[in-house]
Amino acid sequence: MGLPTPSQTVGPFYGYALPFTGGGQIAPTGDPAAVTLHGYVLDGAGEPIPDAILEFWQAAPDGSRAGAPGSLRRDPVTGTVIGRHGLDFTGFGRVPTDADGHYALRTLPPGGAPYISVCVFARGLLHHLYTRAYLADAPGDPLLTSLEPERRATLLATPERDGVYRFDIYLQGNETNEETVFLAFA
Amino acid sequence: MAETQETISAEIAELRDAYAKAVADGGPRSDHPARDYRPYRSSVLRHPKRPLVTVRDPEAVELSGPVFGVTDVTDLDSDLTRQHSGEPQGERITVTGRVLDRAGRPVRGQLVEIWQANAAGRYAHQRDQHPAPLDPNFTGVGRCLTDDEGRYAFTTIKPGPYPWRNHDNAWRPAHIHFSLFGTAFTQRLITQMYFPGDPLFRYDPIMQSVTDDAARQRMVAEYVHDLSVPEWSMGYRWDIVLDGPAATWIEEGR
Repeated sequence: MGLPTPSQTVGPFYGYALPFTGGGQIAPTGDPAAVTLHGYVLDGAGEPIPDAILEFWQAAPDGSRAGAPGSLRRDPVTGTVIGRHGLDFTGFGRVPTDADGHYALRTLPPGGAPYISVCVFARGLLHHLYTRAYLADAPGDPLLTSLEPERRATLLATPERDGVYRFDIYLQGNETNEETVFLAFA
Repeated sequence: MAETQETISAEIAELRDAYAKAVADGGPRSDHPARDYRPYRSSVLRHPKRPLVTVRDPEAVELSGPVFGVTDVTDLDSDLTRQHSGEPQGERITVTGRVLDRAGRPVRGQLVEIWQANAAGRYAHQRDQHPAPLDPNFTGVGRCLTDDEGRYAFTTIKPGPYPWRNHDNAWRPAHIHFSLFGTAFTQRLITQMYFPGDPLFRYDPIMQSVTDDAARQRMVAEYVHDLSVPEWSMGYRWDIVLDGPAATWIEEGR
């Protein structure tokens, strides 16, 4: 029986390896139900983190968790990533933060469970962190109901306008900012 | 003024000793680095101070995960020495091994991604400006899917060590970054593979952030002479075990 291989930080130089064209476009092209989830990733001083990379995993609108291949579809002629073909819902997204610590994801609302699972990697973070962006409050959700109101609020994406949700991630809290709830899985 | 290696090394020793003592006193072993590991200065403001909240929901979406397939990779992606018109500088190596889950089952058909510095220790990244040459014949990015036994294989060149600014005279031991997916999103892993016998291990706060001696050793590949190809390449083997729970079902033929 093997023991786990330890985690190490993603470091600062993943930028030419991990991000891919259309990584933040999970929603099939032109789907009118598409929503935008966006926000900032911030550190314990409240400063935006320009070298974080976020991954997203979610159920399809019909509740399916099977996913689909093709998120990183490649051109067999040149080897470059040409992105999703725009039909299948792969359920997977990957978005590096911009120089101002901002990210944006374009997706379809998940079916079944009302949240998008988020995995955070960053320079300075030795082991990735999981959190969840809930697009709607879910009264019966076992995780949300287990949390105090101010902690629970960190997992609720805020509707800004029709189809646009704001979800900031605080890797570390301070006097002003509540630290985002991060998850472990038993 | 930058801090000295002596300061960082003293902190590394202190935290390693504290861990060893805690284990000797009956405390739990840790396979992973603490996110709060001060010798790695960038961690100071980038770790949560509150404990993680444990999810025990068998219906959690994170117990499933993304899938990848033949359209996501090309055959050339696993050979980092053939991505340009010429041969890269450096020592040609192969790195191969198996990806397993915590129960020892192979992780089949999943995506493995790697990235690394060139033989001179320089990344093909605008933010790496240290005075080592770029290699026009080496980018340092690879991908493959694991086979039915969970096996992956890459051909590349051995990366060089490189300086960084954690403290004065800080050097990273040579390493290859690995990114791995399991059958569940909970099994996600990004880590670094090191080369055996590197004299820089003891000075490096990133590697030493894994305070458990046995766990730290699991990040070091093994040189396997039988994997070396005569007059061609040096062979290394590195098996990877993904942590985290996975759904008990296995969808065959994935």
